[in-house]
Amino acid sequence: MSGYILKRLLSMLPILAVVAVVVFLIVHLTPGDPAAVMLGDEAGEKEIAELRAQLGLDLPLVVQFFHWLANVVQGDLGRSYFSDVPVTQAFWEHLGPTVSVAIMAQIIAILIAIPIGIVAARRRGTMIDQAVMGVSLFGISVPSFLLGLFLILLFAVQLKWLPVAGYKPLSQGVWNHVRYLILPALALGFMQAALIARMTRSSMLDIIADPYIKTARAKGLKERIVIYKHALRNAFIPILTVIGETFGGLVTGAAVVETVFNIPGIGQLIISSVERRDYAVIQGTVLLITVTYVLLNLLIDLLYGIVDPRVRLNRKER
Amino acid sequence: MKVITERDVFSMLEIKKEHYQRNLRRFKGNRLAVTGSAILLVIILLVLIAPFMTTYGPLEVDPKNRLQAPSSEHWFGTDNFGRDLFSRVLYGAQVSISVGFSVALIASFLGLVIGLLCAYYAILDHVLMRICDGLFAFPSILLAIAIVAAMGPMKSNVILALVIVYTPSVARVVRSVALVVREQMYIEALRSQGASAWRIIWVHMAPNSTSPLIIQTTYIFAASILTEAALSFLGAGIPAPDPSLGNILLDGKSVIFNAWWMTVFPGLFIMAMVLGLNLFGDGLRDLLDPRNNQTKK
Repeated sequence: MSGYILKRLLSMLPILAVVAVVVFLIVHLTPGDPAAVMLGDEAGEKEIAELRAQLGLDLPLVVQFFHWLANVVQGDLGRSYFSDVPVTQAFWEHLGPTVSVAIMAQIIAILIAIPIGIVAARRRGTMIDQAVMGVSLFGISVPSFLLGLFLILLFAVQLKWLPVAGYKPLSQGVWNHVRYLILPALALGFMQAALIARMTRSSMLDIIADPYIKTARAKGLKERIVIYKHALRNAFIPILTVIGETFGGLVTGAAVVETVFNIPGIGQLIISSVERRDYAVIQGTVLLITVTYVLLNLLIDLLYGIVDPRVRLNRKER
Repeated sequence: MKVITERDVFSMLEIKKEHYQRNLRRFKGNRLAVTGSAILLVIILLVLIAPFMTTYGPLEVDPKNRLQAPSSEHWFGTDNFGRDLFSRVLYGAQVSISVGFSVALIASFLGLVIGLLCAYYAILDHVLMRICDGLFAFPSILLAIAIVAAMGPMKSNVILALVIVYTPSVARVVRSVALVVREQMYIEALRSQGASAWRIIWVHMAPNSTSPLIIQTTYIFAASILTEAALSFLGAGIPAPDPSLGNILLDGKSVIFNAWWMTVFPGLFIMAMVLGLNLFGDGLRDLLDPRNNQTKK
């Protein structure tokens, strides 16, 4: 097992190296001089040259890269050009709401999708099944930010059941916190719910056809016990895979949905930085999210190795 | 040595024609694919005849008629500057389609080249696939936002950003197929006859590695439309005042209490385009999948 973990960790290194190079180069795609952009139109040439020297922009690109990398490895992602706050601090301040939305979306997706998937599998070919498959196809085709806008129109503008937008931290009461998160989480979780429901359905269909289910029924067990205790347990591994694969996507998707609902999370940090051309923040945030995303996927992969030994063996054969 | 006669050629043509007709029949039999293509055709037609259908230009400002509800005069209503929404949505859809089409075309071409080269040359494979893995690690929308933010919001930069984001996925798919093709007997035969690497790759491996590429292309088309809309909605895409479905939605968000039409119509257009492309892609997949390729008699 430890060999497997080590191998997986080592395979991450080239990926992280490419990520670092790409993130570093993004800022250098800027047409013109970042120093001139930061100082605005009124800056003189002398001031621009001073700032260039201060930021190290006059050094060769390779040298700049290693300077930057050395700082990044030590946890220093630079300071915001706009507010002079360290980028890591700005990131931490905005992370909470994003994680709240992502987790809430995950919970909603699982709670809705698994029962629906099971029902569709049991009533295969009926109207219910077709309706579930149709809605899930719709779910895969609608981007979360658009669904968010539609949900606002329906539940906040028309029915006035929930607030239009905004965010209340957990410290202002659980219900207050959750009330503001329901619509964003629904918007974000819908696509994942569609994927989970489809996987639950197909996985259950495979299992229900197995002889041991017939045996369970033959010995007179209640249908509920057959389905939830015997079938669902064995159908669960592929469902878990889908949940794992899509969780990283939820965290980054949250960044987009947030801007629809004016939630002060990572997404808003990025968007306001784009407006202010605050490249240090854009660069740092993209790097941090991507690394988190890569590590999350690694963690999930490793968890499979523990949960299901077959995964480990398969990987070795390659 | 067998001489190919005229009759052989005719029977070969006949087989080809039969094959084509069978595929067409199977495509028609696939309800999803037909629905998908119908949706796409309607939208493309609407977009093409947009200049003849709209009485107002997409940029024509009319402050007196701000935020009018849909009527016989303005089919989709007007926006917060009094611009005709029907016209803006059609021209916005045109932008979506042109961005999606350009990205799908360029990314497929680059992905094909990279994938084939990787499959043929082991040294290149190590380098290019690591780069692709790295690009793959980025959440696609974030990478696109960062690139557009650095280069400036412009249509060409949006296309470039999306090409960078989606090319690795094409390259991977092409590579995995081409690796199998490379090991086929006929490639070995070509090599033993002294065919050049160039000829083997472009004349023989390329045509045999394209069917998954075509499916991937339709999905990238759909994904690009979605990502472009998201980018424009976030303010890192097509800049105002030029219409794009994403920036119409952004304008609509600020007046969502007064003007539902500014959210609903562009939203429905995005959904219809993506649904159409996805259905079409699924249909193509069923059609091109060799496992489905047995003749049913």
